[in-house]
Amino acid sequence: MDNTNDKLNSTKEESRRKFLKNIGLVGLGGFAIGAALFSAKKFEEVKKGKNIRLLTADGNVVEVDSVHIKSVDKDLLTIQQEQGREGIVGRSWVMVIDLAKCRNARKCVSACQEAHHLRPEQYHINTLQMQDTPSTKPYHMPKTCQHCDNPPCVSVCPVDATFKRNDGIVLIDNERCIGCRFCIAACPYSARSFNWFEPKDAETFADVVYDVELNVPQKKGTITKCLLSADKLRKGELPYCVSACPNGVFYFGDANEDAVTNGTTKETVRLSKLLTDNAAYQLYPELGTKPRVFYLPPKNRLFPYTENEETKA
Amino acid sequence: MEHSDFSSKIPTKIGEKLFSTVNLNIKFHIWMGFLSVLLLACFYAYYIQLRDGLGVTGIRDFVSWGIYLSNFVFFVATSLVGMLVSSVVGLSGKKWVIPITRIAEIIAVAFAAVAGLVIVSDMGRPDRLAYVFLYGRFASPIFWDVTVVTLYFGISFLLLYVTLIPDLALGAKFLKWRPKWLLWAYNLLSLGWKGTEREFAILKKSIRILLILIIPMALAIHTVTSWLFAFNPRAGWDSTIFGPYFVSGAFVSGLSCLMIAMYFFRKNYKLEEYLTDKLFDNVGKLLVLVSLVYIYFNINELIVPGYKLKTHEAIHLRELFIGHHSVLFWSVQIFGLIIPTILLLFKPVRKPFPMLLLGVMVLVGSWFKRFILVVPVQEHPYLPIQHVPEIFKVYTPTLIEIMVTIGPMVMVLMIITVLTKLFPVIPVWEMAEHGEVKENE
Repeated sequence: MDNTNDKLNSTKEESRRKFLKNIGLVGLGGFAIGAALFSAKKFEEVKKGKNIRLLTADGNVVEVDSVHIKSVDKDLLTIQQEQGREGIVGRSWVMVIDLAKCRNARKCVSACQEAHHLRPEQYHINTLQMQDTPSTKPYHMPKTCQHCDNPPCVSVCPVDATFKRNDGIVLIDNERCIGCRFCIAACPYSARSFNWFEPKDAETFADVVYDVELNVPQKKGTITKCLLSADKLRKGELPYCVSACPNGVFYFGDANEDAVTNGTTKETVRLSKLLTDNAAYQLYPELGTKPRVFYLPPKNRLFPYTENEETKA
Repeated sequence: MEHSDFSSKIPTKIGEKLFSTVNLNIKFHIWMGFLSVLLLACFYAYYIQLRDGLGVTGIRDFVSWGIYLSNFVFFVATSLVGMLVSSVVGLSGKKWVIPITRIAEIIAVAFAAVAGLVIVSDMGRPDRLAYVFLYGRFASPIFWDVTVVTLYFGISFLLLYVTLIPDLALGAKFLKWRPKWLLWAYNLLSLGWKGTEREFAILKKSIRILLILIIPMALAIHTVTSWLFAFNPRAGWDSTIFGPYFVSGAFVSGLSCLMIAMYFFRKNYKLEEYLTDKLFDNVGKLLVLVSLVYIYFNINELIVPGYKLKTHEAIHLRELFIGHHSVLFWSVQIFGLIIPTILLLFKPVRKPFPMLLLGVMVLVGSWFKRFILVVPVQEHPYLPIQHVPEIFKVYTPTLIEIMVTIGPMVMVLMIITVLTKLFPVIPVWEMAEHGEVKENE
């Protein structure tokens, strides 16, 4: 009895399998035909595009098939993010700050804050009143992000929002930043600032496409920091702070070329010679962060030290 | 019929007593109503924070981690008590912990579940939470923290559930006059438990595996949480002993929370026969042990930099010892740690009521200790803080920030309330099995 049952079951099983197989084949065939028809239709649609006249960036009028036109806005963000992450190939940016020349004009600060839409208390660059020992004279020190080659902020970022580019710049993508502020905790140079509220002029710039190399428009709840004016560098110009300085404090250039240019005098000098002749140093090199910003000690100062009222504390 | 076979093995006295706490009486509803109103107020505070930005808190560019972060560390710390009681003590064959294993696990599950929300309240862009998984970087300790906290919560939850299964099957016998939906839920969740020998063998094996698995997980969550600080090159955090320092501190705060819960359930649930003086005595001794370890780590953490007085370490320590945070620092160390430890050395103090008071002192101290660990370091970066408003220099939490911090605490109380009202707080089947042990000890 059991035996016959088994047999019966097995034949049933077989016919069911066959049936399923057939169904499968029919289904597959149907799908293939459908897909073919669909793609043919797509192809037809592509061919039916309209020609549109456009003005190119260099002033020529061209005709372009409308199907090739994509929304620029969306792409611009992606393009900027992609090139922003890659950096400028073959470059190795460095900054040299000559402390002997700084008289705390704070033109670097204001130029920077204007370019990056920062509130007055938000700094990418700030001038600090420093005194190394009680018996030495105080001096003014412009302080930017040090663009470390071993950046603690980049290590701790959980979402790759802040990153190191191949030209040495540490950038922040505020379309990615989740606002955890681990990078603020990690940075020994207090280089980072946060958008605690809606950023300055947020409404005015609401429609501007985000430029990762300028970090504009700023976004509430994300980090902002010095970018060494990556947008200017792409245009072959000096950073905002460097060209704003009236006193020749900043040198900026490419370590691969071994040349840096003074932002005020526009004089270009050999980087290695500048660093050697003036006994250049870095901030807290013992932390192993390998900064890209060098300081020339405040010797033979051009200006006497004047204390800034608001920074006496 | 096997069903009654298992439940008939449970002494009626134990079963009825321990199941008597499972009822949603009017007191429960009033309490939950109060907590819900409080929670709504906290949600409103969080709504303001979402609307206006994190600037409604007292944190700014220099002290950018405030009481949200210290609350998170406190939550993770307190949740470690589940692993301490069930695994470390339980696995070493000490049967006296059986009456408190479920309470400890409930505390662990509640705190671990809410810890994640605490950290979300600290995010500038909580809408981008998914990015942590979409773009997660393995090198970031946050990625490790999310992973281990989730795993620890999962294992703690499983441990709570698995040890509950036989009790759920007992519901049919001991919960006769309760609402229908509760009986239905008990029946569903018991997975058709019959109490056969084979089932018990599988159950005990599973519990054992979970108890072993949870040890590395618990150590990992608090070690990784300590690394959120120790990985930063900042004077005061830059320490190699932060892992064990945090773990030992976690046991102190977790046990004090357990002590308070034990007293509460003993009084309000009338469980004097089960949460005995002897049990309090043992937990008191355990707290002395973990506190001594914690004091040892405290001495290490302070005296090593304190002896050398390297520039920035010295500034930090001066702020703690005689500066801006000195009152809080010494109060936490003396009233939250040293005095309770010394008092608990004496047997007359290891009684339920004095231990409630000491438990509150230690728990409050533990919370403020997390504040001391997180905030003061950030007030003194390497470079001076200049050209910024006063609020950037000194951190003071705002009312909104305090409300958003209270919110998760309310949630923890709600979870603990619901779980201890829906299920017996003392494992019934384990008490029946080891009932004779209770007499011996």
